[in-house]
Amino acid sequence: MAAIVEELISIRPKPSDGWNVERIRKDFPVLRQTVNGKPLVYLDNAASSQVPVMVIERGAQYIEQEHSNIHRGVHYLSMRATTAYEGAREKVKRFINARDVKECIFVRGATEGVNLVMHGYGRKFIGEGDEIIISALEHHANIVPWQMLCEERGAKLRVIPMNDAGELLMDEYQALLNERTKFVAVTHVSNALGSVVPVRDVIESAHKYGAPVLIDGAQWAPHARIDVQDLDCDFYTFSGHKIFAPTGSGVVYGKADLLEKMNPFQGGGDMIKSVTFEKTIYADLPNKFEAGTPAIASQIGLGAAIDYLNIIGREKAAAYEHQLLSYATERISALEGVRIIGTAREKLGVLSFTIDGVHPHDIGTILDQQGIAVRAGHHCAQPVMKRFNLPATARASFAFYNTTEEIDQLINAIEKVIEVFV
Amino acid sequence: MSELSELYQQVILDHNKKPRNFRKLETANRSAEGYNPLCGDQLNIYLQVEDDQLKDVSFEGSGCAISKASASMMTQAVKGKSKQEAELIFDEFHRMVTGRLNEEKEPNQLGRLTIFAGVRDFPVRVKCATLAWHTLHAALNNQPTISTEN
Ligand SMILES: Cc1ncc(COP(=O)(O)O)c(C=O)c1O
Repeated sequence: MAAIVEELISIRPKPSDGWNVERIRKDFPVLRQTVNGKPLVYLDNAASSQVPVMVIERGAQYIEQEHSNIHRGVHYLSMRATTAYEGAREKVKRFINARDVKECIFVRGATEGVNLVMHGYGRKFIGEGDEIIISALEHHANIVPWQMLCEERGAKLRVIPMNDAGELLMDEYQALLNERTKFVAVTHVSNALGSVVPVRDVIESAHKYGAPVLIDGAQWAPHARIDVQDLDCDFYTFSGHKIFAPTGSGVVYGKADLLEKMNPFQGGGDMIKSVTFEKTIYADLPNKFEAGTPAIASQIGLGAAIDYLNIIGREKAAAYEHQLLSYATERISALEGVRIIGTAREKLGVLSFTIDGVHPHDIGTILDQQGIAVRAGHHCAQPVMKRFNLPATARASFAFYNTTEEIDQLINAIEKVIEVFV
Repeated sequence: MSELSELYQQVILDHNKKPRNFRKLETANRSAEGYNPLCGDQLNIYLQVEDDQLKDVSFEGSGCAISKASASMMTQAVKGKSKQEAELIFDEFHRMVTGRLNEEKEPNQLGRLTIFAGVRDFPVRVKCATLAWHTLHAALNNQPTISTEN
């Protein structure tokens, strides 16, 4: 089916030097509220980011005016819904610079993206004695599926270790690679520490052994440009709800030739050409991997979120976020008894910390009382916590709508925590 | 900040810093491990039970101030009590922190444990306060491990 492309919004960043954060904040209704009597300071963006009006309105438009199923109706509403849905796919294609829209599979989020590749590729091509390499920085979403596969197939999971700063030891990675390496799956940015992984090197080295590489881009996608052709990754996945779209949206990119030879993920409607009780012929890409009715409003919202990012200017947003992270790092480092966990040279968006003698949950509760949302816990990365001998950390994570004043409030609140506990 | 000072009262902060009965009990004849996978809080409860009486109680583990203080004060509260009395206090404690028992109006055996009443204003912290109690219950009923997510 030829994708009918929804009219793309003109994507010209406004020519202004500074970052007008006050104007940007007006786009995010959530930020206007108070929590426990204080203005909300939302610093849990690595868990889920907020949704701008433009995205909310696009989702609402589908529900109000286009609500119907896609790819199934000859009637007006269904055609409009299909156009909008496939239009979002076209936007994703440009967003990640895929060669073709058929390489962009819509999924529920990064977790489903990894699972799709594990089932579709792993269960077909990985067998006994084969090795899969992941890293010490992974989110559980990029550990557990591969463990399940290894258990089922008698394959072996190898893990690239990291240093005390939270940087992967690339020499150790080289040493792990061998003829038995059949797959490599690594994160682009650690959600627990913020470390940026040199994925280009990871990919290049794996390819020398013919092993395909999946990049978990859940924490990279909100902050920086993705070019899957330039990276030459075989698979790339991210979640919509971390890049200013609603929950239930997400993408897994795969090179067409790999996706073609993979098994489907789930079976059902929409992923078939024909079904008889004797045999089913699967649909062409991308539908082969999209069984059943997807989260249509959310995926259309993801398309709108990409438009939004293009309008505000991704480079400028990234530069501003970089300033926020540096500022927060500098201020937190100056606090006595507070330790930053994860000091990689290259970091994005995330600042994990602990306070001597205070459990992160108590930090989280006291911050929340002051309207400040941070994550306290193991961040679905228990092996990372174990590596640092910690049960948990507190984590502040930033988006381009956060302000330096909010970071000042965070610092004041941390001082309050120390006051309560000391 | 008033709700906060309700939660983090001096006594709680003190038990967090200097937990009582914080050791492995060599004479234990029952024990259980409690785990809260959401927070990573983990603790072991050790019991020396004789003729239905909790002769001695201790705990070990790591967790937030609420879970640690709760475990510490629990060991003091149930030491010397019968199995049934301990279970009764657990029930009252559980109802108090989930807002189903008004400790000021209704008769109860909670004593100093009413200091945890403030937890009811922090629903996500209820599991922290009750982890030790659930684990005690498991030890009394010969379940080796419990998780707050089951
Ligand atoms: C690095 C990383 N990978 C995977 C995931 C899983 O994303 P989701 O829960 O949206 O599927 C997350 C989200 O927490 C993440 O940070």
